[in-house]
Parts: sequence; structure tokens; C-alpha cells
Amino acid sequence: MQTIIENLQKHFQVVSYHQQRENLGFLIASKEVAVGLITHLRDYEGFAHLVLLTAVDWIEDEHFQLTYLLHHPEKKVDLGVRVMISRENAEMYSIHHLWEQARTYQRELREMFGINFPGSPDVDKPFILEGWEEIPPYRRDFDTKEYSEKTYFPRPGRETHDPAEYMKKKLYPNE
Amino acid sequence: MSKKLLKWNEDRTLFPEKNSEGKIDVDYDSHKFMKIWHGPQHPGITGNMSLELTLLGDEVMDCETHVGYLHRGFEKLMERRKYIQCFPIVCRVAVPEPDFNEYCFASAMEELAGIEVPEAAEWLRTLVLEMSRLQSFLAWMGGQAGSLGQGIIGQWTIYLRDLILDRFEELTGGRIYHMYMLPGGVRGLLPDGFRQRMTENLDEIDRFMKDVKKVMFDNAVFKKRTVGMGVIDPAWIHPFGITGPNARAAGVAKDVRKDNPYLKYPELDFEPVVGKDSDIYTRADVRRRDLLMTVDLIRQIMAKIPDKGDIRAKTPNVLHWKVPAGETYSRAECTRGEYGYYMVSDGTEYPRRINVRGPSYTHAVALLEKMIVNANIADVAGLMVSLHTYPPEIER
Repeated sequence: MQTIIENLQKHFQVVSYHQQRENLGFLIASKEVAVGLITHLRDYEGFAHLVLLTAVDWIEDEHFQLTYLLHHPEKKVDLGVRVMISRENAEMYSIHHLWEQARTYQRELREMFGINFPGSPDVDKPFILEGWEEIPPYRRDFDTKEYSEKTYFPRPGRETHDPAEYMKKKLYPNE
Repeated sequence: MSKKLLKWNEDRTLFPEKNSEGKIDVDYDSHKFMKIWHGPQHPGITGNMSLELTLLGDEVMDCETHVGYLHRGFEKLMERRKYIQCFPIVCRVAVPEPDFNEYCFASAMEELAGIEVPEAAEWLRTLVLEMSRLQSFLAWMGGQAGSLGQGIIGQWTIYLRDLILDRFEELTGGRIYHMYMLPGGVRGLLPDGFRQRMTENLDEIDRFMKDVKKVMFDNAVFKKRTVGMGVIDPAWIHPFGITGPNARAAGVAKDVRKDNPYLKYPELDFEPVVGKDSDIYTRADVRRRDLLMTVDLIRQIMAKIPDKGDIRAKTPNVLHWKVPAGETYSRAECTRGEYGYYMVSDGTEYPRRINVRGPSYTHAVALLEKMIVNANIADVAGLMVSLHTYPPEIER
């Protein structure tokens, strides 16, 4: 893994690198170099398998973290590429041309986090939600409890009884 | 590849030509095309999802996968719960295979917290994962046969699955959702007499699988409808993120149990089951052989599993457990391929972010939409089940 990172640093500016375990590492790259770096990892370093693409909302730092997790099928190692993008006007370059399934991930991120990927096929089409009008629900500032209280009415609860009293009445109705 | 992706009408003059994007221009006013919804309530669909199909005659021209019928926002729910409170949630992400969720979640947590799991617990976890694989394959086999008109196979395999669910009930207290794995280990040792009953069940499965082979796999109708149908080109494996039996049937020996060994798999003797032709029949056969291999693995595990010993490492109070800040990815091989949990902790009592990587995410959307074009409408259910997908893990 260290050799791969050293090779990468010759071509790209890697902000930081953290080795989580022997076969898993995470690096941070800037938004501008990320797609080039991921393409390099896929085409020259052999990270052919896109395991997942997801986002983490660091609301207190006002940015989203995009994580591209790549797997090397021969060396059996994983590398997570972390990219920080601003929460304001959240936008990232698309990688749908590199992996077919990336468009699904990007469509989901658009819907759930409000991160745009211009050029990604069907990115604005609803994926899971239909007719959603609130802020994207996976953002940290979306309050699920408040939303459900506002949207759904509480059902009246069942009639409750004190067990001792209830059983007494049932077993000894004449007393 | 010499084989066609799907059998289609040979006379292509009946069909409009494709445009520059490789699709046909659909004009509903021409009255040639018909749009139908395959699911979400349909016996030939795997769970709660639907396919929006555009048909010309009985051939599929275009397909769009629709999910969201089962969205419960698991990942968001987990951000509002303490780690231990997530266990009843994670198992519901993939209903027929809850244990892979439990394992991935627990092992990611253990890695971040630096906890070593006792050896007996590792063996028990391996056993539970293989039992889960076995019952899931059995349920799938009934589905695959049923989608092509063979109802009897489902009756047999669901009976066999029930035997394994009995063992689950005995070991964990639950039939479908087990919540048996906890951070640091598992909840209990093997009950008395478990080995004997499990051995009898495995023998029963072996006996029945011989009949399944004859009735399903040697059946002319099954062969005619599946051989050469729905071929996955090996060149698609990485571009589409294909894993598990779908990849192995195409000759690519991808198996997390071998590639990134976990638990006690390095101490077990097995080789990933690989196919060649990559059609529906081969995928079914790879799963059948994988099922038999699982039976063998459970026998190996039963021979090595200790009867006593520590089953749970010492952990902090789970109600006030602050998992150290960091992030990791934990994976396992489920029946459908690579299953994984990406966990981010910010050092508080609540997970910052959990992302579930289910194999259906890639198999049921991008891959299915590509494969289904030019399929006959009667083969859609068979093709879809052959990819072995579960919608909850797409919209988790």
C-alpha cells in the first residue's frame, strides 16, 4: 500500500494519508484532483472495483465528505479516497464514465444529501423518495422526529388498565 | 462471447432501429409499444421493487428499476441511536440474511474500538454466517424454480430452510432475525444436542438436494429456458461492480472468504465455486454447488467448534460506549456477493455515519436494466431472480 501511495504522490497532491489496517487506507484529495486521481487508480494502479460511494455530513465544519472506496482485486487491498466539498452549493464532478453503477450512487447522493453531480445520467430523477419537498433527509440538520410529528398524526393509544384491578374485576366480578 | 445475451426474435426488421445512444425512440402514439409495471406486487419479483418495462410485442425494449417501496431510512435511524441500539436495526437491512449485517456492523465497531473477539465466538460467528448462507440459498432456489414454473422445488427447499431456522431458533431464540452477534462476541454457546440435530438436518439437505438436482437441473424445460439466457459478460464484472455467484458464474473467482479472509475461514478447507457459461443455468448451478459447499463447511465448523470457552470480550458499558473517532470498512461474503459496512465514528456514543454496501445495489439497478433489454416478457422474472437481489439493501 505504501508503494501505491508513494506513486500517487508523484502525480497528485495527496493532502494526507491514514493506514486504517494492513489492507485498508484512507487518503484525502482535493475536489479538483479527485476524479483524475481515481481514474489513475483505476487505470494504472489496478483499483478496478468501486466498492461504494457515499457521503458524510460534517455540518459543524460546513462540508460534506465524499468517500470513494476502491478495491484492488489482485492485491486485495482497499483505498478510500476522501474528498471534502462545501455544504453551500454542494457539487462534485461525476465519475459515471468510470463505473456504470456510479450513476446510481450519485443519483442517491443527490436525493439524500443534495449533492449535485452535473452530467451524471438521471441525477435529478427521484430515486427512492417521491414528491419530497423538505431539505435532503440524510443531512444532519434534517430532524426526523420533527418531520414525522409534522407530517403524521398520532393515533390514539389503546385503553389501558391497571393489571391488578382489571384481573380482580374479571375473576371476581361480584365482589 | 459467442452466445447471445438473451434469446430474441431473429427477424429484427420487425423492430425499429436504435438511435445514436443505443436505444430505440419510443413513440406510444404509434400503438406499437406498451408500458407495463412488473411489480411491486408480483410473484416474479424479488421483494418490494418494480420494473417499468417498455414492450414491443412480447420483447422488452427498455427498463427502469424503481425502488423506495420499503425505504425505512435505516442509515439515518442509526445516527440517532447508540451503537448497541443499532443491532435490532441492522439485521432488517437484508431480511433473508440478517447475520451478515450483524457481523459487519459488530466487526467494524470492534476494529474502531480495538477489541479482540475470543476464539470460540469467532467459530460461532462463522457457523452462524454459514447457516445464514445455507437457508438463504435454499429460499432462493425455490424462488428461481418458481419463477420458471416449478412449484415443487420451492416446497422442498422451504421445508429444508425451516430445518435450519429451527436450529437458529435453538441457538439464538429467533428464526428470522437473530441479534446473536454483539460487539465483542456472541450471545451463547451451542445448546446440548445441537450438533446431533444439525448433523441430521445436513444429511436431510444432502438427500433432498440430489432430488432437486434431478427435478430442477436435469429438467429439459428448465434447461431450455435458462441455458444461454441472460449472459453476464466477464468484461462487465468491474465496470458494473458484480460480485458473488454472479461473478463466479462468469469464471471470475471472487469470494471475500478467500480474497480477504475473516473469522475462521482460513482454517477451513474450501475453494470458491466457479462456472463458465455465465447464463441463468450456470448461475443457478454455481449457487447449488455453493450450497453443497456450505453444507460441507458447516460440517467442518461443527468438528472444530469448541464446546466451552469465552464467547464475549470485555467491553465498556454498551449504554455509554464512546467508540473512538475514525472510519473503517468491514466486509463479508454473503450469498449474493460482497456485503459491507462503512462506519464513521466521531468519538461520541452515536455513530456519525453508517453506509451499507449491499450487492443488490449494483446487481438490481445498473446491471438488470442493461441485461433485461431484448428479453422476452416471460423470462423477466427468471432473469431477475437469477441475479438474486433484495430491494431493502438498495434503499436502506
